[in-house]
Amino acid sequence: MKSVITVLAALATSLAFSMSARAHGEAQLDHAPINPTDAASLQAGARTFVNNCLNCHSASLVRYNQLKGIGLTEAQIKENLLFTGEKVGDMMKVAASARDQREWFGNAPPDLSVEARVRGVDWLYTYLRRFYRDPSTATGWNNTVFPNVAMPHVLWNLQGMSQARVEVEHGEGHEMKTIVIEPPTGGSMTTAEYDRTIADLVNFMGWMAEPHAIERRNLGFLVLIALSILILLTYLLKAAYWKDVH
Amino acid sequence: MAAADKIVTTTGLLGWVDERFPLTKLFREHMSEYYAPKNFNFFYFFGALSLLVLVNQILTGIFLTMHYKPDAASAFASVEYIMREVNFGWLIRYMHSTGASAFFIVVYLHMFRGLIYGSYRKPRELIWIFGVIIFLMLMGEAFFGYLLPWGQMSFWGAQVIVNLFGAVPFIGPDLSVWIRGDFVVSDATLNRFFAFHVIALPLAICGLVAAHIMALHEVGSNNPDGVEIKKTKDPVTGHPLDGIPFHPYYTVKDLFGVSVFLFVFCAIIFFAPEMGGYFLEANNFIPANPMQTPPHIAPVWYFTPFYSILRAVPPVFESQFPGVACMGLSVMAFFLMPWLDRGAVRSIRYRGAHFKTWLALFVASLFILGYLGTQPTDVWGRFGEGVPLVGGSERATWGARLFSLVYFLYFILMPWYTRWDKTKPEPTRVTG
Repeated sequence: MKSVITVLAALATSLAFSMSARAHGEAQLDHAPINPTDAASLQAGARTFVNNCLNCHSASLVRYNQLKGIGLTEAQIKENLLFTGEKVGDMMKVAASARDQREWFGNAPPDLSVEARVRGVDWLYTYLRRFYRDPSTATGWNNTVFPNVAMPHVLWNLQGMSQARVEVEHGEGHEMKTIVIEPPTGGSMTTAEYDRTIADLVNFMGWMAEPHAIERRNLGFLVLIALSILILLTYLLKAAYWKDVH
Repeated sequence: MAAADKIVTTTGLLGWVDERFPLTKLFREHMSEYYAPKNFNFFYFFGALSLLVLVNQILTGIFLTMHYKPDAASAFASVEYIMREVNFGWLIRYMHSTGASAFFIVVYLHMFRGLIYGSYRKPRELIWIFGVIIFLMLMGEAFFGYLLPWGQMSFWGAQVIVNLFGAVPFIGPDLSVWIRGDFVVSDATLNRFFAFHVIALPLAICGLVAAHIMALHEVGSNNPDGVEIKKTKDPVTGHPLDGIPFHPYYTVKDLFGVSVFLFVFCAIIFFAPEMGGYFLEANNFIPANPMQTPPHIAPVWYFTPFYSILRAVPPVFESQFPGVACMGLSVMAFFLMPWLDRGAVRSIRYRGAHFKTWLALFVASLFILGYLGTQPTDVWGRFGEGVPLVGGSERATWGARLFSLVYFLYFILMPWYTRWDKTKPEPTRVTG
């Protein structure tokens, strides 16, 4: 038995090693300050999403009336989020076809329904706050999280523009170039306000990627409590039956 | 009339049934009078748990099939429809996706139990062989099922694996087209994989599980001491002295095991269904796109040791076939276990240092190969140009080669190291 335990310990160590190695080497991302149970934040994010993102990006797996899940009534959805004659039971699609979009932008903007599960909320939160001016690209914009991204900075009028300059450091026999991003200027929002707007937007995208996540966790607590009781009962049952086995 | 000769002692409805169907007889043979060793430990939960997960996969699978569309144009959206609009569809889907990984966890532990206690040895060779076939079928089942969500990893994983068949000499390219039903993974591939996943393989697996259990009940269970309990029977009752009826003793014990398993299983379903990208991969939330190859294609964790072996073997005469053959052999080698093991005892408790060392090396190489299979081949960087023989090549590839060799040596050298081993004497009775 001892040798079995040794083998298992070896397994556990190598597993822990592989897990940590996986986490290593990912880009440094800001933690998204979001609360998925905050209905006001989710609704603000929905408004930002519909007003700014949904023009080019679809969320074609989401039905407008599913937004009841973030505390909106059908009347509120109709009044605030439907602009071009959609029905409340329609999917959140864009008018332009992917083919046209490919022609206009060089790349069809991806559907954002489950984007938060592809990239993670921290990635989205950081990405949407890290655009800077770059005259060398087709759109005049670049991004430190997603270099040479095809999307321009759509929310620039809120955040303002960040200029970038290259700093060259002369070392011994080599020079190191670093891109320094200046703080944004000229936006209609303060940095704190803009960060809040993006956090709300990302919060909404997180909800949209898995609308039942909160329900899942809430139900999970009940299930685990019930199973704990079952474990206790079955343990006692087993002990009672096994009394006479020696 | 032959039926009239049989003595039925039960009465009422049960008696009526027993006169027509061996219900009580079956229950006695397989449950209440099936004598199992009394010293089963932790590792003996995983057979029953494999059965539980199989039932879970079939039941949740039935409900998923009601809403899933095996059509390249709508498969991805239909899975998300299940996750969003079907009542408790998210729960059913997570039970199924988590169940897939859970299946491999319990089956690997079940197989490991067989390795440490010599459960494959005479007279249990057929139980073991049925088991290895079930394992092979399960790998197929997982592979076919993984295409169905029609995400990027589904598509490219299937593309990579089907392309392997292209490496078979002479018939390879035709063979892979025949498997796909097209020149690339497409709607035709999705439809046939769906057919294999929902009917062909589950049917075969259920039949083999029945054969596995029938063979087990024919010869009786092994135990952590590896001694035959049938050798010491009560002279009066004729029952093994170290045996206890499966029902109620092991049914209640397994109920406890099931409760603990369900706790862990549900903790994952409700709180970490993606399991950090190991059970559900982020890239599989991107719909399949034949025009865009993902930068890094890795199989799901349960295939990665075998995938590592595949990648580790260098091409011979520009053919990938040796790698494919080695990957196949790495699974097929399990079939030979009953005949490779020449040890004087069954259980690790009475084996010597050789066996324990090789088993530890085997398990360690399985884990390291498993880890490397999830990573790009340059994960450990490259050797310096000045290093003799391996200069400039990838460290991880050489690591995978070394551990693939260890993996195979565990099997190849087994007839010798098990025979040379200094074993301890087996007790005549189980030790508890």
